[in-house]
Amino acid sequence: MILPSLAAMILFIALPIVSVFVQSLFVEHEQVLVVGENCGPFGCTPTTSVDFEATEKLREEKPLGRYAGFSTYLGRNHLATSDVAAAWGSSEGIGDFISSLMNLRFYKALIFTLTFTAMVTPFVVLLGLGTAVLVNALPQIVKGPTIFVTLLPMIVTPLIGSLVLFWMIDARGILGATLAELAGDPDLSLKASLPLTWVMLIFYGIWHSFPFAFVILYAGLQTMPQDTLEASMIDGANRWQRLRYVVVPHLMPLVVFISLVQLMDNFRVFEPIVGFQAQANATSLSYIIYDDLRGGEIQLFGSAAATSMLTILGVAVLVTPVVVRTWRDFKQRRRI
Amino acid sequence: MTMLPKLTIAALAAAVALPAWAEGCSFENTSVRILSNDFPALHAVNGRAQDCVGDGNEFVLNQTSEHKNIQVPALQANPAEYTVAVVANGSIVPLINEGLIRPLDDLVEKHGASLKPTQLIKVNGKTMAIAFMANSQHLFYRKDILEAAGLEPPSTYEEVLAAAQAIKEEGLMDHPLTLNTAVGWHLGEEFVNMYNGFGEEFFKPGTAEPSINNETGVATLEMLKSLVQFSNPDFLTFDGNTTNALWSSGEAALAIQWGSRAAQMMEGQSIDVVKENTVVAGMPTVGGGATPASTLWWDGFTLAKNISDEEAEASFIAMVHGIQPKLLEVHADKAIWLLDGYTPGPGAIGVIENANRGTPAYPMLPFMGLLHGVLGNELGDFLQGRESAEQALADVEASYIQQAKEQGFLN
Repeated sequence: MILPSLAAMILFIALPIVSVFVQSLFVEHEQVLVVGENCGPFGCTPTTSVDFEATEKLREEKPLGRYAGFSTYLGRNHLATSDVAAAWGSSEGIGDFISSLMNLRFYKALIFTLTFTAMVTPFVVLLGLGTAVLVNALPQIVKGPTIFVTLLPMIVTPLIGSLVLFWMIDARGILGATLAELAGDPDLSLKASLPLTWVMLIFYGIWHSFPFAFVILYAGLQTMPQDTLEASMIDGANRWQRLRYVVVPHLMPLVVFISLVQLMDNFRVFEPIVGFQAQANATSLSYIIYDDLRGGEIQLFGSAAATSMLTILGVAVLVTPVVVRTWRDFKQRRRI
Repeated sequence: MTMLPKLTIAALAAAVALPAWAEGCSFENTSVRILSNDFPALHAVNGRAQDCVGDGNEFVLNQTSEHKNIQVPALQANPAEYTVAVVANGSIVPLINEGLIRPLDDLVEKHGASLKPTQLIKVNGKTMAIAFMANSQHLFYRKDILEAAGLEPPSTYEEVLAAAQAIKEEGLMDHPLTLNTAVGWHLGEEFVNMYNGFGEEFFKPGTAEPSINNETGVATLEMLKSLVQFSNPDFLTFDGNTTNALWSSGEAALAIQWGSRAAQMMEGQSIDVVKENTVVAGMPTVGGGATPASTLWWDGFTLAKNISDEEAEASFIAMVHGIQPKLLEVHADKAIWLLDGYTPGPGAIGVIENANRGTPAYPMLPFMGLLHGVLGNELGDFLQGRESAEQALADVEASYIQQAKEQGFLN
C-alpha cells in the first residue's frame, strides 16, 4: 500500500519541487550583444541586439544556464539581504524600517500576504462558527434555503466575484460612490488608497471563504451528542456556556482542520489581486510569481522559481504549529 | 459506388478552391497557421489571408490577446505550432532574441512586389518582418469644452496642464484628463513616452545599463504626477478600455490614448456630444522639446524558423495577400495602414502628425521589455505620493539591474 502512494508523491510532489529548486539556482547565460542597425517604417536607428548564434552556442554547452547558487534568492528582487541590512542601519525606528521594506518587491508582497492570512483565517473560522450555530438553531423549514444562500459567496469563482465587486467599488460604482458620499469626500477612492485596498481585499477574502468554514462546522454540529448537551442543560449551563464548554470543544478538530486549509489557501492569495487590479497597493507572493512569468515580454523563470521556493518555505513555517498540535492530539488519543 | 463520393469531394474542393485561385494564391497541400493579437484591423488582414489559403490547404487561426505569452513556446517547437506570428515592435524582440523567426529577403524578392520598402523591418540588414499598420499614443480633446473654457488646443504638456486646470476651475469637469496609467505595462508605456519627449536615451549606448536615473527621469515623473492630479482618483487601474469608456460617456475633455482607438472614441458607443466634438491631434511636446512625447509602433507579420520552406512560402503569399491595398476598400478606417493608396481619415491625424514630427519608434532592444516592466510596477508608489521621484528611479534602476543580471544582459 505504501509503495504506490510513495511513488505518486515522489512523481507529483517531490520531483516538481526539486526541479523548481534547481531552476532557482541558475540564471540565464550571458547574452552576446552586438551593435547594429534597425530599419522600419519610421527610419533607421542604431541598436543593440542579441547575437543569437553565439548565445545559442553557450546554451547548448550548458542547457541549464549559469550556476548562480543562492544569488537570485539574496538579490534585490527577493530577500535583498544587502538592502535590508542598509535599511536596518539607516532607519530611525521600526516604522521607518518597515516602510523601507515596503519598497522592496518581495517584502512588500510578503507583508501583505502575511497580513491577509493573519486577518482572514481567524475571521473565517469565527464567522463560520457563528453562522453554523445560528443556522442550526433555525426552524427546519428555512434551514435549506438559508444554507444555500450562505454558500453563494463560495460558489462564485474568485476571479468573477472580485471583478463584480471591482465594478461596485469603482469611484462611480454603487459602493464606491456611496462610501464617498458617506465620508463627504468626492475624491475618496477605494482603489487608490493603500489601507482601503487592503481592507477591501481582506473583507473580500473573509466573504469568499467563510462559507467553507460554515459548511464544515455545520456538518460537525449534526454529530453533536444530544445527551451531552442535555446533561449540560440540566447542570444549568446557559446558551453561551453550552457553546463555550460543550459545542466548541466538540468541534475543535474541525476548527484545526479549517485553520490549516485556510492558512495555506490565504497564503497563496492571488485572484482577488488580479480581479481588483490592486497590484499598485497590494501584491502577494503568488502575484509576483505570476508577474515574473506573464508580466512582460521576457519570462523570468529563475526569479519565479526562487519566489516559489520561498512561498513553499513560508507555508511550511506557517502550518508547522498546527500540524505539530494535530500530531500531539493524535498520539494522545492513541495512548487513551 | 466508391468513385462517386471521391469525385464529388474533388469537384467540391476544386469549386471552393477556385475563388482563392482567382485571387492569385496558388499553392496546395500545405499549411498556414497564424497566431495574432485580437483586434478588428488584424481580423481584417487575417480574414483576407484565410480567403487566399482556400480549402486545398490546412488553415489555423488563433487570434488572442494572450499571443505574447504563447508565441515563444509555440515557435520553439519543431515543427513550430504556427507558421506566422503577427507582432509589434515590442513583441518581435523575444522572437529575435531566441532566433525563432526567419529572414524574409528571398520571399520579398519573389512575392513581395506589392510591398513598399518602408514596410520592411530590417534587423542588421536582414528583413525580419513586414509591417502593415502603425500606432501611437496621442492627444484627444473635446473642442466644445476647450471653447467653453476659452482655451486653444494644447500643443505642449505644460499647456495640457494649464488647460486641465482651467477646465476644473471653470467647474466644467472635476477630472478633465485621462491617460492609460494602469499599473503594469500601461504605466510603463506612459513613462517611456514622456521620457522620449525629453529626447534622452534609456540605456548607455551599446550596453544594457540603464540611464534613466537622472534629472530627465525626475522631470518625467514630476510631469506624470502633475497630469494624474487631473485624472479620476482610480487612475492606477485605467487601461485603454477604461479611457475609452470615460471618454465615450463624456467624462473627460483631454485624453492621451492610442491612435487605434480613434474610431471607437469618435464614433463607437460615444454619446452624441462626444461624437460631435472629439478631435485628435499629435502628442504634445514636453519641457521645450521638439518631438512629440510619444513612441511609434508598427504591427506586422513574421514567419517561424522551424517550418518547411513550402509552408513559409505559402504563409508569406497568404499574408501579403492579406495586406493588399484592396483591403482598404472595406477596412480603411480600422487602422493607420502603411499600405499604398491609404488616405488617412480624421481619426488618423494624430499618428500621422507624430510620425511626421520625428517621434522615435519604440526601441527594439532585447532588454527594453525588462525595463518597461519594472517601470510599470515601481512607479505606482510615486504617483500615489508614497515616495520621492529620486527614490522611485533608484528602485527602478536597482530592480532592473537585478533582472538584467538574471537574464544575462548585465554581469
